[in-house]
Amino acid sequence: MSTPLAPARPARISLAVRDSSTMLRRNLLHARRYPSMTLNLLLTPVMMLLLFVYIFGDVMSAGIGGGGADRSAYIAYIVPGLLLMTIGSTTIGTAVAVSMDMTEGIIARFRTMSVHRGAVLVGHVVGSVLQSVASVVLVGAVAVAIGFRSTDATVLEWLAAAGLLGLFALALTWIAVGMGLVGPNPEAASNNAMPLILLPLLSSAFVPVDAMPGWFRPIAEYQPFTPAIETLRGLLLGTEIGHNGWLAVAWCVGLAVLGYAWSKSRFDRDPK
Amino acid sequence: MPSSVMPTSRHSDVPHVPAAVSATGLRKSYGDRTVLDGIDLHIPAGSVFALLGPNGAGKTTTVRILSTLIAADGGQATVAGHDLATDPQAVRAAIGVTGQFSAVDGLITGEENMLLMADLHHLSRREGRRVAAGLLERFDLTEAAKKPASTYSGGMKRRLDIAMTLVGDPRVIFLDEPTTGLDPRSRHNMWQIIRELVTGGVTVFLTTQYLEEADELADRIAVLNDGRIAAEGTAEELKRLVPGGHVRLRFAGPAAYRSAAGALRGVVRDDESLTLQIPSDGSQRALRSVLDRLDSAGIEADELTVHTPDLDDVFFALTGGVVPTQSEETVR
Repeated sequence: MSTPLAPARPARISLAVRDSSTMLRRNLLHARRYPSMTLNLLLTPVMMLLLFVYIFGDVMSAGIGGGGADRSAYIAYIVPGLLLMTIGSTTIGTAVAVSMDMTEGIIARFRTMSVHRGAVLVGHVVGSVLQSVASVVLVGAVAVAIGFRSTDATVLEWLAAAGLLGLFALALTWIAVGMGLVGPNPEAASNNAMPLILLPLLSSAFVPVDAMPGWFRPIAEYQPFTPAIETLRGLLLGTEIGHNGWLAVAWCVGLAVLGYAWSKSRFDRDPK
Repeated sequence: MPSSVMPTSRHSDVPHVPAAVSATGLRKSYGDRTVLDGIDLHIPAGSVFALLGPNGAGKTTTVRILSTLIAADGGQATVAGHDLATDPQAVRAAIGVTGQFSAVDGLITGEENMLLMADLHHLSRREGRRVAAGLLERFDLTEAAKKPASTYSGGMKRRLDIAMTLVGDPRVIFLDEPTTGLDPRSRHNMWQIIRELVTGGVTVFLTTQYLEEADELADRIAVLNDGRIAAEGTAEELKRLVPGGHVRLRFAGPAAYRSAAGALRGVVRDDESLTLQIPSDGSQRALRSVLDRLDSAGIEADELTVHTPDLDDVFFALTGGVVPTQSEETVR
């Protein structure tokens, strides 16, 4: 008789993937079963798009491109910003969902099960990024329907634009997860996440930074949305990207890493 | 091949019941408030252990520590043979926890909750469906299986909660106040469920503030008060710890009553009702001595009742509350 071998433990990484995808399925089930939150957050950027194009459009367009721009030029101008704003607005939902989840007894249950530690958060993050992608596609479709056209963008530029949107979604999602974890309740989490939807209003999304008062320009210029918007605009419409490309990627990577470290340390703490 | 193999090892541990939970000197404080002040536990596998105590005694904290939810500040503990501090994942693989507040996902259905547990225990899809359906049936939830768990009644949620706990076939189950907030019928259902668990060979660690529940279910009871174990033992052992037990004799006529009062020492007389109370621990020996004295004096009592202190007496005596005056319902 020889020492029985312990049953081969599935590799740690495959367990992590398996548990994370289980958590992802749970989150997608929530989103599908209760779509009102998702729709509500989706409505904001669509409303903004219609509002700025059809109500303020004539006035706003007068302010860009030296005053000669028409409505279709203004659509082209604001769509990149609105796509990124869509991501910001979706991730507010993430902060609320994470915060709600943390108040549920089921999270305590997960913590006492032999489940991969990161799975709960990874499930939220992947689910939220997928939701962001779906929202961006939807808002993009509305934009195309009212006349947005991406002029002379190459396939490579399209891919780069998609990559930037995905990376941006990942970065904001990890930050939103952290905001959801520190918020004592869903309302507080929602307040914590307000900058994610307010920052685009203070960026070059709706009006060029040059058109803002001098004291305000640095704020608009050096926040994460503006370089991302300028990069996306350049990729889709062929405007000047300059240093904004690297700046946008740096912001995304920095925020993602920061958000991940923050969320992980909050989640690993003993629950109250 | 390894030389450490011992052919007899399979049988050597049969007479020894291993501890399912063993803890020494567990401590926990929040700020300057000490919640657990060094508690020791030894719970044999396959038994029901009840941790009894008033609100705020530290029961939930004990469960949270032993179930790896929070870390202790001091002390050492093993659960199902694994050290809490060094191998929490192995502990988690062996335990099931049903907390005081329901740990079900209210947004999804009962069945989806069960399948979620099956997935997290890495059961195959077919096996997961089989286990989920079986447990839903066993806990009388088949009919409600397709409804969101948030629509369940308190008793149903608690049953779903336990059903979810059982998906992984845990060897040690922690139940933190499993019947708090349940109506009497649901409470009795829950007791039945717990008894069935034990016949399946698992170890149950139960916390409760109901003495009746501990008395009803537990092999051993520890009374937790102010972060310390005030007493530990079987219900009977605990009852013997406190004074208040007595034998009560009622006599048909005043003559017998008077001669009995003369024959027995240390009696408390009640001339109105012709009854005598003799302090006694209720043991067989003490009873026999009373009866022998009556016999040798040729007196027959009309009625003899033994009052042993119940857990209420023990509880109040140990937790520093006021011992309530012997209530009429306990003395017949």
